[in-house]
Amino acid sequence: MALLEVSNLGIAFGGLQAVAQLDLKIEKGHLYGLIGPNGAGKTTVFNMLTGVYTPTEGNIVLDGKDITGKSPDLISKAGVARTFQNIRLFNDMTVLDNVKVALHNQIRYNMWTGILRLPSYREKEHQMNREALRLLKIFDLDKEASLKASQLPYGKQRKLEIARALATNPKLLLLDEPAAGMNPNETEELMNTVRSVRDQFGIAILLIEHDMNFVMGICEEITVLDYGRVIAHGDGKAIRNNPKVIAAYLGGD
Amino acid sequence: MQFLSYLINGISLGSVYALIALGYTMVYGIAKMLNFAHGDVIMIGSYVVFFAFGSFGLNPVLSIVLSMVVCTILGVAIERVAYRPLREAPSLAVLITAIGMSYLLQQVAQLMWTSNAKSFPSVVANSSIFKPVSLFDGQLTISAETIVTILACVVIMVLLLYFINCTSAGHAMQAVSEDRGAAQLMGVNVNATISLTFAIGSALAAVAGALLCSSYPSLQPTTGAMPGIKAFVAAVFGGIGSIPGAFLGGILLGVIENLSKAYISTQLSDAIVFLVLIVVLLVKPTGLLGKKVNVKV
Amino acid sequence: MFRLKNLRKSTKSNLITFGIVIGFYLVIQLLSALGMLSSSLSGQLVPICAYVILAISLNLTVGILGELSLGHAGFMSVGAFSGTIVWTTLYGQVPNWLGLLLAFVVGGAVAGLFGFIVGVPVLRLSGDYLAIVTLAFGEIVKNVMNACYLGYDSKGIHFSFKDAASMGMEADGTTIINGAIGITGIKKGSTFILGIILVILTLVVILNLINSRAGRAIKSIRDNEIAARSVGINITKYKLMAFITSAVFAGIAGVLYSLNYSSLVAKKFDYNTSILILVFVVLGGIGNIRGSVIAAALLTVLPEMLRSLNDYRMLIYAIVLILVMIFSQSPQVVAWRKRMVEMFRGRFSKRPQAKEVQ
Repeated sequence: MALLEVSNLGIAFGGLQAVAQLDLKIEKGHLYGLIGPNGAGKTTVFNMLTGVYTPTEGNIVLDGKDITGKSPDLISKAGVARTFQNIRLFNDMTVLDNVKVALHNQIRYNMWTGILRLPSYREKEHQMNREALRLLKIFDLDKEASLKASQLPYGKQRKLEIARALATNPKLLLLDEPAAGMNPNETEELMNTVRSVRDQFGIAILLIEHDMNFVMGICEEITVLDYGRVIAHGDGKAIRNNPKVIAAYLGGD
Repeated sequence: MQFLSYLINGISLGSVYALIALGYTMVYGIAKMLNFAHGDVIMIGSYVVFFAFGSFGLNPVLSIVLSMVVCTILGVAIERVAYRPLREAPSLAVLITAIGMSYLLQQVAQLMWTSNAKSFPSVVANSSIFKPVSLFDGQLTISAETIVTILACVVIMVLLLYFINCTSAGHAMQAVSEDRGAAQLMGVNVNATISLTFAIGSALAAVAGALLCSSYPSLQPTTGAMPGIKAFVAAVFGGIGSIPGAFLGGILLGVIENLSKAYISTQLSDAIVFLVLIVVLLVKPTGLLGKKVNVKV
Repeated sequence: MFRLKNLRKSTKSNLITFGIVIGFYLVIQLLSALGMLSSSLSGQLVPICAYVILAISLNLTVGILGELSLGHAGFMSVGAFSGTIVWTTLYGQVPNWLGLLLAFVVGGAVAGLFGFIVGVPVLRLSGDYLAIVTLAFGEIVKNVMNACYLGYDSKGIHFSFKDAASMGMEADGTTIINGAIGITGIKKGSTFILGIILVILTLVVILNLINSRAGRAIKSIRDNEIAARSVGINITKYKLMAFITSAVFAGIAGVLYSLNYSSLVAKKFDYNTSILILVFVVLGGIGNIRGSVIAAALLTVLPEMLRSLNDYRMLIYAIVLILVMIFSQSPQVVAWRKRMVEMFRGRFSKRPQAKEVQ
């Protein structure tokens, strides 16, 4: 059984059918690409997978558990993490705290332990700091740990978002345009990072990206959306040569 | 008969709330901010009428026009000076600024005209056109103020709906309310549109002030605060951003307030009005005629 | 080590805050011992402590949770009334320390309960709605307490919303709350040292809360609600936690305040009081707890010392409120300030762009 099984997923906003009859199967440890022209409904799919939107039809099953229509915090607990197309960091908090917030459900102690500073407070906080710094180090952000998130340059903010998502200990990581606004060198570096994250954490990664070199370079499997429907599916080569995909991108019919 | 009289007075009070609520709802719809100072613009407008009509014996209609001019300038100036610099700032900052502005107007009024209540002369008291109406052999009397208030509210409502739906400035307002960025790209002058919204809202506030004080003739620097807040409740009740909603919400709130004053308790009527707000927000957070807003992720 | 440095930094900052409070207490004690404490200032000592607690607790809602509450005086009011009822009815029947303890516990608990009742529905709404509903709550509390008559006699407790007579009490009955007149004949229970202890208690709880797992969750909601949910934060739970904690301490401050005077009226806790507390929070710096302490103390003392300024006090507050907001929050002004700082530093070289908004 696949890690994520999406069947017949659809959502309508009023009369507008944004996504329809979407089927996705993502195996454990796979790098999976979701591509399509602007407005194809890619981010809407992410929003349904993470509970921001409630699908109007279909099912989402993660690791054998139905998570359709659950609230975002429960879906996060179930093991789906994400980044956002337009970066959403906790801007007034430090880089370290951004990651520590995401450790919320991994390392726990209750409100009173914090208020009364019981012995386990120190222990758990140290554990959190260690874990957060370990994650930051992977993205070469450990030196900036005490800066505010908003003080980071753009590329590092994108990385911090990934580090934060990983802190929730996900089984599936969704990356929404991770390479947006990056130059070729940064994109190259990001590709290596994404690959090594997959190898190190053994998680599946589903990503939306417009940079075709990026997608073709790292994704083992790709699904193409157009007007909310799947128009193609396969590996990079199959997609590249698919006439429907070419037509969708070039605007023909 | 008693009930009918309470009801009509409630509609009259509600008409005033509706006029004030229009200002709130338009500004909220277009500038996405809660203009706390709106109620205090009403108070300033009432003072203008008080001095022009009450002290200098100017024609009542001219006095109200003068008050509308003053309020329009005031409203636009407030937006320009205090709100515009914060248009891209967090809503908390804008809200606190608006509260500061509300306080500023009250304090300035208090320093200029003291906190003593002034007895406001009714603008329709000696009118030759509007007379109190007596019905059912004198069992039911409707005051001239009540008639004028309800009439004015209906007329303004119709004009405003015409303006919004049938003029290009009105269309621009709808566009800015829908999507400010897109409207700007389409060539709508967003700053001018927001200024126009403040201008219209403030002019209506001047009318509302004169009518309110004619029915409840006690004018103080804090006169505008409570009706202002209640009118905001009315706007939320009707569905914030919706013009018919403000009208409906205002009338309903006025009726609820007057009936609870009559049948439950004078002291608790305000509490009841606010309780209505909390219940409405619980049951239907978008108000009676409001629409749902989706946040983009 | 980074880890140690970080922990030490927040602890050090907190210690400075405690130091300021204790320093203030010692200075007042010294002045008092030297006979240099003016009677007007000594009368203000308990209210200062109450306002400091109010400002700290409101800052938890406004600065840490990022929601505007305009009904803080409402929570203060329900706390004050319930605590004072406990204090007055138990007076002389239990030792004073126990009566005080119970008064504060009940006052805080009742305010917290109201925080819960108001919070559950309201925290689903955002920003401006929350502000207006908390304002409505404050007004409801004021109006209801103003019209509330409560008393007891041999037959039990009597209650009315009309007038004292309609409670229908026996001749031997005792009126506790007498409508707009409120509660009278309160025995003084609050002292300066008690106020200082409560300020420190408030600081310990709120500062520790902010620097804990729960506090980070609350701050993350303030910074980005959608992202907070996406990393698994139950936002309703943490919003409520912040809101209720804030209400509890407002209630405690209400008890402290009311037990300093012989009578308690509902009108004292109106919209203006809520705004006054907000002014303390804004001027002290939104989210800055130490700032709240200093602003609340200074702004309570100063007008007493500068009587001539009293007429203009609220006018000045209003102007300052607007200016502080524009100066600290307007994107253009903030950018301009940054440019000015750069110029003064004499650095015209280009710096890395902090953020490119897509």
